[in-house]
Amino acid sequence: MRRNRPTRGSERKAGTVSQSAVQPTPASPTPEGGHLLEVRDLHVEFRTGEGVAKVINGVSYHLDAGETLAVLGESGSGKSVTAQAIMGILDTPPAVIRSGQIRYQGRDLLTQSEEQRRQVRGTEIAMIFQDALSALNPTFPVGWQIGETLRQRAGMSRGDARRRAIELMELVKIPDAANRLGDYPHQFSGGMRQRVMIAMALALNPKVLIADEPTTALDVTVQAQIMDLLSDLRRDLGMAMILITHDLGVVAGVADRIAVMYAGRIVEHADVRSLYKTPAHPYTKGLLESIPRLDFHGQQLSTIRGLPPNLMRIPAGCPFHPRCPYVQQVCLDVVPHDLVLGDGRTSACHFAQEVRDDRAR
Amino acid sequence: MVRFILRRLLQMVLAFFGTTLIVYALMFAGQGDPIQALAGERPVTDAQRAYLTEKFHLDRTGIDGFFYRYFDYIRNLLQGDLGESLTGRQIGDILAAAWPVTIKLALIAMTVTVLVGVTAGVLAGIRRASIFDNSTLLLTLVVLAVPTIVLAPIAQYLLGVRWQLFPPTAGADPDFYALLLPGIVLGSLSLATALRLTRTSVAENLRADYVRTARSKGLVKRRIVSIHVLRNSLIPVVTFLGVELGNLMGGAIITEGVFNIPGVGFNLFRAIRTEDGPLVVGIVSVLVVVYLVANLVVDVLYAVLDPRIRYE
Repeated sequence: MRRNRPTRGSERKAGTVSQSAVQPTPASPTPEGGHLLEVRDLHVEFRTGEGVAKVINGVSYHLDAGETLAVLGESGSGKSVTAQAIMGILDTPPAVIRSGQIRYQGRDLLTQSEEQRRQVRGTEIAMIFQDALSALNPTFPVGWQIGETLRQRAGMSRGDARRRAIELMELVKIPDAANRLGDYPHQFSGGMRQRVMIAMALALNPKVLIADEPTTALDVTVQAQIMDLLSDLRRDLGMAMILITHDLGVVAGVADRIAVMYAGRIVEHADVRSLYKTPAHPYTKGLLESIPRLDFHGQQLSTIRGLPPNLMRIPAGCPFHPRCPYVQQVCLDVVPHDLVLGDGRTSACHFAQEVRDDRAR
Repeated sequence: MVRFILRRLLQMVLAFFGTTLIVYALMFAGQGDPIQALAGERPVTDAQRAYLTEKFHLDRTGIDGFFYRYFDYIRNLLQGDLGESLTGRQIGDILAAAWPVTIKLALIAMTVTVLVGVTAGVLAGIRRASIFDNSTLLLTLVVLAVPTIVLAPIAQYLLGVRWQLFPPTAGADPDFYALLLPGIVLGSLSLATALRLTRTSVAENLRADYVRTARSKGLVKRRIVSIHVLRNSLIPVVTFLGVELGNLMGGAIITEGVFNIPGVGFNLFRAIRTEDGPLVVGIVSVLVVVYLVANLVVDVLYAVLDPRIRYE
């Protein structure tokens, strides 16, 4: 095993554990217990008439109080499904949770009753969605929808819920909040609508906010505003946040750690700085290289060749091998374990060190 | 909204004149000798012919005469005078006797449709692919496939004659009980359609994104279905029911005929059979107004239910 350069990310993020040496053992990079939220070896299938799609194949990640974890991956990589499994809002059927644990404050949510899980939703873990226009009920005013959470879950009176709804709308910087209470979702702009969605999620002071592609449906300028808002709110309210995105640009300024997903697995897990500087999985590397750069104009944009795998027929061995520029014989047959690199980094690649140390990019 | 309603009312005036003109033309333009038609087999004396020609302005011929008679008719109509049937009775009196019966019948049919059709549709939508869902699918397909002209006599024979659960015919001035079986038969088609529509709409809305949001708010399932899903699912159903109420009031010709109910459809059918032109035009004119008002109510209701619809 080759020695590798010391990683640059010297400032340790809360909750990550330093590993001084490279250990080619399948291991969780985190110690037992102590995390606010922890997903352990989650397996989820979708059973449809056409067959069984293995959507989540052993996902593990964790979140500590007050930190932001970005979950990165393309459509169908399983990032949203994992989040919905945490919330307990997967449609079953077709989704079936085969195995794994979702531990919140030490308790496994998957062993709890539906009623216990309902109590967790909104008050402990809240979620915002990609398209606020379809995620909000089109037939009720936004103030009513924010207030509903307060009335139904916190037992507030109509008047109190109304006043609190105005406060929440002001918190997410909706101008003239008191007068917009009675407006319907379609009367808001995309950015304002997403703010309504955020206000609704914050209503019960959750400790964890899951943001599922919160800016994907928005204009670029508005995207930045919403990300800044989320970042500020997370800090001011002391929440932890899981930010699900396929946009590397969104992640950089906001997240502490990144988990990269591919075909229902976490393929790389690292702090933001290390991941950007020295990606240790060919997929992450491909993603970074495919970001258009202003200083490289005139060149053809680099892409990852091929398509994501059909989840009903995931390739044998490493699921990324048909698209991988580093592919070797071993990749065709052997599923790579998480290789633990330094500073809490892992990479599910047989050649993680080689990829990380390859300066070709 | 007020502007929308005003504009629709103006459109209704145009639609009213258009439809009455067409019906008037169809009824009278085709006739050979209206006076002989009125007299039937009996001979008409010259004096009678002269009197009737004068009375119905038949001395004016051609297209001029037609429009003269049409506007004469409309003038009387707007003064509340529907004219005289060929049988000599005031058309206004005939309608005044027929409408309450038809409205009662339509309301029974509508109540059955809403209570049974919409309720069963919601349940079938929630329990998709269950035994309940599949059996309602089968039943509604049977009802939709069998025309009223077949269904009504079968129901009359089995429930009225054979098992004697209901009176087989209603007769003059029928009570609620006598109208119950005809009401159910009349409503069965709307019931089946409303059930299918509600079921599809509920099933679709249960998969909507806003339901996922409602779940992530930690709401109980009963509330998600009864508040969030129902409100959205009922938008197309209410539209359908409004149009259907107009149909039920005018389209009961077969049911009223089979069960011998002296309603509007029954009178319309008799008027067509006896070529009673003034009565046909009178009934149809009122039916046109009923349809137009029902449609306006639906459009207004639609905007109330769905805030995304704004008529301006």
